[in-house]
Amino acid sequence: MAFEDQRTTVYKINPERPESETLPTLRTEELLLNMGPQHPSTHGVLKVILELEGERLVKSTPVMGYLHRGVEKLAEDGTYHQFIPHTDRLDYVCAMYNNFAYCRAVEKLLNLQVPERAEYLRTIVAEVQRIIGHQFWLSAQALDIGAMTVFFYCFRDREILLDWFDELCGARLTTSWYRIGGVERDLTPSLIDKLKQFLNYFPPKIDEYQVFLEKNRIWLGRTKGVAVISAEDAVGFGLSGPVLRGSGVDYDLRKYEPYSAYPKCEFSVPVGKNGDTYDRYWIRVMELYESVKIIRQCLEQMQEGPIMADVPSVTLPPKERVFTNLESMIQQFKLFSQGFDAPPGEIYCGTEAHKGELGFYIVSTGGGKPYRLKIRAPSFVHMGAFDHMARGYMISDACTIFGTYDVVMGECDR
Amino acid sequence: MNPLLQRIQQTFSIGVAGLAEWRGDVAVTVSRDKLHEVAQFLHDDTGMDFDYIVHVSSVDWPDDEERFEVVWEFYSIRKRHRIRLKVRVPEADCVVDSLTDLWKGADFMEREVFDMMGIRFRNHPDLRRILMPDDYTEGYPLRKDFPLRGKGWRDTFDFLDEVPR
Repeated sequence: MAFEDQRTTVYKINPERPESETLPTLRTEELLLNMGPQHPSTHGVLKVILELEGERLVKSTPVMGYLHRGVEKLAEDGTYHQFIPHTDRLDYVCAMYNNFAYCRAVEKLLNLQVPERAEYLRTIVAEVQRIIGHQFWLSAQALDIGAMTVFFYCFRDREILLDWFDELCGARLTTSWYRIGGVERDLTPSLIDKLKQFLNYFPPKIDEYQVFLEKNRIWLGRTKGVAVISAEDAVGFGLSGPVLRGSGVDYDLRKYEPYSAYPKCEFSVPVGKNGDTYDRYWIRVMELYESVKIIRQCLEQMQEGPIMADVPSVTLPPKERVFTNLESMIQQFKLFSQGFDAPPGEIYCGTEAHKGELGFYIVSTGGGKPYRLKIRAPSFVHMGAFDHMARGYMISDACTIFGTYDVVMGECDR
Repeated sequence: MNPLLQRIQQTFSIGVAGLAEWRGDVAVTVSRDKLHEVAQFLHDDTGMDFDYIVHVSSVDWPDDEERFEVVWEFYSIRKRHRIRLKVRVPEADCVVDSLTDLWKGADFMEREVFDMMGIRFRNHPDLRRILMPDDYTEGYPLRKDFPLRGKGWRDTFDFLDEVPR
């Protein structure tokens, strides 16, 4: 009752005058709203200038570069080996896949064959990283639109894998485990046991995540039919990964430009229909099951063998030899101080990271340093479609649209 | 020779110097005035069908007469092949045609090239800096004459003498 009383007093400014004169004529104008750079759902420092008509988005202009560190410039100053730790800091949530994509690009430049066991190890770890990435996406995206429980469940399981990484290479996030020509160290029996345990433990947990979200009416309402993009537009914008496959375009480099041990594994590529956030969620969840399948097959097929290509002019010697053998120490020293002599030429090599196509374009003029290194970061390309995808939706959907890309600003701004 | 390259050579009579194939990557260098025409052909022709833009990049060759090189990379989702399209630009007249009318995704990518290398794109809808601040006046960071440690106001700093303990 008190509420209604207040309303009447506000509107009846001067009860004696006729109503038409007391009420000011309604004025409409577009409102500019800055979202970010300190907004929790922008996943880092991204600002978007939203032009609003009521609560509808008319136009949105992403303002990026808050995390720009000049990684491409830094690459020109260091040797090829020295750039690997920089790639960790691109997509800092999933460092392994960045290392992988970069090492593959350099190997393509050098025409270097990686031993078979190393290929399997690379595939296993890359798929573990994909699981971490999708878990992270699932939890963060649900959290952005208010579903908190799944966040805790995902992070509980992600923790197991991060500890596994810790045991593998001594770091949880900035891993630098891949090397040009192979990997840094082998899986120990304890690591293999732990991974096998996880593979048995994990699939029921995926079902659990699904129950949390797919029975949540609010979450469904905020993802179904939100941020729709047609297949034609998605291709034109250069979107990749689950965002592109959600629109029904079957494009997965693991299948169509097979690399590493992927051609030896059987797995399917889930493709969506409607191109909305829900389809992209579904694809990512299905990819979790596929990743488990791929890791299982790799563990079964993997044979004993070397984990580093034996090309002394390029690849690093094993660490124990560096400490005991003079020649290996000289080799290590020369590789890090001068680098190896890469042939002149230019290559582009794209790798299907969990966000999309992560590519490296390397121009070499010979010598130990790249002349130019361009990173094709999926997050950056996806932000280009933000305005197109956000038009006509409500302000609250902007969070969903950020979330749907799986943007990490370290990779977007480089 | 790669059938893609053969087709492009026949259609546009590009010299052999402009065609390259290395490590399985196919690249075509065209002159600036032909760029949009070739791009249109790559986009529309049914045999080419390059509907997917991969990246736009640029390379600085300070010693060459035409200093900058702009690089577009395309992929065809249906035909599953890739191509790289390259154009040389002199420093004095640093302008190329924008390809945003053919591939929408070129918008942000070309803005990044403008921001980092200072190459202008004709008919680009919104050519502004994207990663560096809008009021950044120290030049274009990825040019080879831009020092790694940056330039501008930092250059005026004096080196501090070692502080006595």
